[in-house]
Amino acid sequence: MAFLEIDGLKKRFGNVEILKGINVELEKGGFLVLVGPSGCGKSTLLNTIAGLENITEGEIRVDGRAINDLHPSKRDIAMVFQSYALYPNMTVAGNISFGMEMRGVPAEERQKAIDKVAKVLQIGHLLQRKPSQLSGGQRQRVAMGRALVRDPKLFLFDEPLSNLDAKLRVDMRIEIKRLHANTGTTIVYVTHDQIEAMTLATKIAVMRDGEVQQFGTPAEIYNNPTNIFVADFMGSPAMNLVPATIGGNGSGLSVVLQRDGREPISLPLAGATPGLSAFQGKPVIFGVRPEALTDPEGAERNASSIATADCHIEVIEPAGSDTFAVTNLGGKAVVARLRADAKIQPGTVTPLAFNLTKAVFFDPATEKRIL
Amino acid sequence: MSTVASPARPTSSGISGRTINRIVIYGLLALFAIFYLMPLFVMLVTSFKTMDEIQNGNMLALPQAPTFDPWWKAWGEACVGLTCAGIKGYFWNSIKMVVPAVLISTLLGALNGYVLTKWRFRGHTLVFAMMLFACFIPFQSVLLPMATILGSIGRFGVTLQNATGFNFGLGNSTVNLVFVHVVYGLGFTTLFFRNYYEAFPTELIKAAQVDGASFFQIFRRIMLPNSMPIFVVTVIYQFTNIWNDFLFASAYAGTGDVMPMTVALNNVVNTSTGVVEYNVNMAAAMIAALPTLLVYVVAGRYFVRGLMAGAVKG
Repeated sequence: MAFLEIDGLKKRFGNVEILKGINVELEKGGFLVLVGPSGCGKSTLLNTIAGLENITEGEIRVDGRAINDLHPSKRDIAMVFQSYALYPNMTVAGNISFGMEMRGVPAEERQKAIDKVAKVLQIGHLLQRKPSQLSGGQRQRVAMGRALVRDPKLFLFDEPLSNLDAKLRVDMRIEIKRLHANTGTTIVYVTHDQIEAMTLATKIAVMRDGEVQQFGTPAEIYNNPTNIFVADFMGSPAMNLVPATIGGNGSGLSVVLQRDGREPISLPLAGATPGLSAFQGKPVIFGVRPEALTDPEGAERNASSIATADCHIEVIEPAGSDTFAVTNLGGKAVVARLRADAKIQPGTVTPLAFNLTKAVFFDPATEKRIL
Repeated sequence: MSTVASPARPTSSGISGRTINRIVIYGLLALFAIFYLMPLFVMLVTSFKTMDEIQNGNMLALPQAPTFDPWWKAWGEACVGLTCAGIKGYFWNSIKMVVPAVLISTLLGALNGYVLTKWRFRGHTLVFAMMLFACFIPFQSVLLPMATILGSIGRFGVTLQNATGFNFGLGNSTVNLVFVHVVYGLGFTTLFFRNYYEAFPTELIKAAQVDGASFFQIFRRIMLPNSMPIFVVTVIYQFTNIWNDFLFASAYAGTGDVMPMTVALNNVVNTSTGVVEYNVNMAAAMIAALPTLLVYVVAGRYFVRGLMAGAVKG
């Protein structure tokens, strides 16, 4: 039985359905990331787990116990807010121990707990300061300390890193990951940043318009997106999604990509998914991640199905660690990821290797994956 | 006037038009300030003069031989109606009325603001609109209904007195005035606090809820300590209004030993016996004005403090 179970959860404001039946499960010690564009309902979902918002239908269970009718303080959860929500009138120590104070924990025990958390988060020297005297990163630590000190069953993080600058965000991300590894706590984490989702999560729920589009491990979400939205949302640079048609001859299927003023590329599909044969002669959306589209020397050697085609390179973007080459296929700009030292010039025609084992196909009508 | 209106332009004398503008503007401002402060000045100097000096001298002249006697007389000997024990008793009457009235109305206003912004219920805008409406009711129109209500409360007090031997202050004029001022102050104090708490980060309330704080614990530990600027504004506003109120005071506590300061001052000045002692009247008026001045001086500095700095975000 999973540790956190969200079962058929619905939330309505008047006639507007904000959450349309959410089903998610998380094992003990897991790290669930709710990710999606703004307005997808991910923060609302987190608030319903916290008990800060009521649910209309469904059930939320933690450790086998339904908690959806309990007051937030009775759910044995701790929450880190986007704005940190530190009490401005209290010192750091006061902020961290407020929850324990409200629960009637004796002063000596509170002090011990504060010291322990201060040591873990290295904020011992800040304990007597007020939140206004702290930097953004320090406030973030204190907010985490306030959650950690209570040792609850479930931690909830509401976009905790979105107010930090880029470098600090990366540092804190690693710190959260380390904290999770060391303490083995169960975490539900909301973000709109897909990199945060990929790096932190053991399970990701990609949300849109109050529905979970896909729920799975980061690798599943990344490699096997169930629809165009998930494929497009996860990954940076985004997956190339190119209109194409499925062609076929006696020996097997192929994917045909149209090009401006040049003859179409036809890539043979060895061992293609069975669903694809029904689309023979029909349009599909061909999805290939930039790293699966590279120079022939840089292509993955043990991939079973690699097809090479000459492409007209329009733009080169050297990014230091990699070089991104932009070509045009099916009327869309397509990004290929090459080695940093790839000798390639814009305006030339260069062979590019398509790793077709990593390619995915979508039905343009339903936007769903063709399996 | 053309000098004032014309844009800055160097003149032959070397003084720019800008400088002339400044002189005219500050000159006018100074003139208005003097005009405005003149009565205060006259009151102050008159209160330190002897009667001889007032009758024979210039009203604006500084006192020749400054004396505190009028102040002592106003405080301890001036006649209010038929009793000649000074205004000190009435001064304390006012204090006893103002302090509870200000504190109760301010705290209730804070509680209302807290509920109207952070614990919203169906129809909260209507409730707030009706409270706002109370701010704009002319007080003359409520004098009679309120007198009836106070009469009923008084009779209930007598019943309680007979039944339990204690009337719980019901029917007492000071308690009546506190009640009236709390009721009619509530609209304004609620308005002040609601608008302040509207911008108060709701995440702090959520965090406190998760931390296990109750409704009143959140109010006392989170809201109130972070409301200092608006608390001070409301206290100053309420203190000035209630202290200076004459209408309710004269209507519900207009006679005898229970008069507040404003009514007593009026009676001092209107005494018809003997010579009009201008210096004593002026000193009494100054004493009546001191508490509000004091509140401004002591609490005014909190106006400018941004106590919410650093509460949320960077």
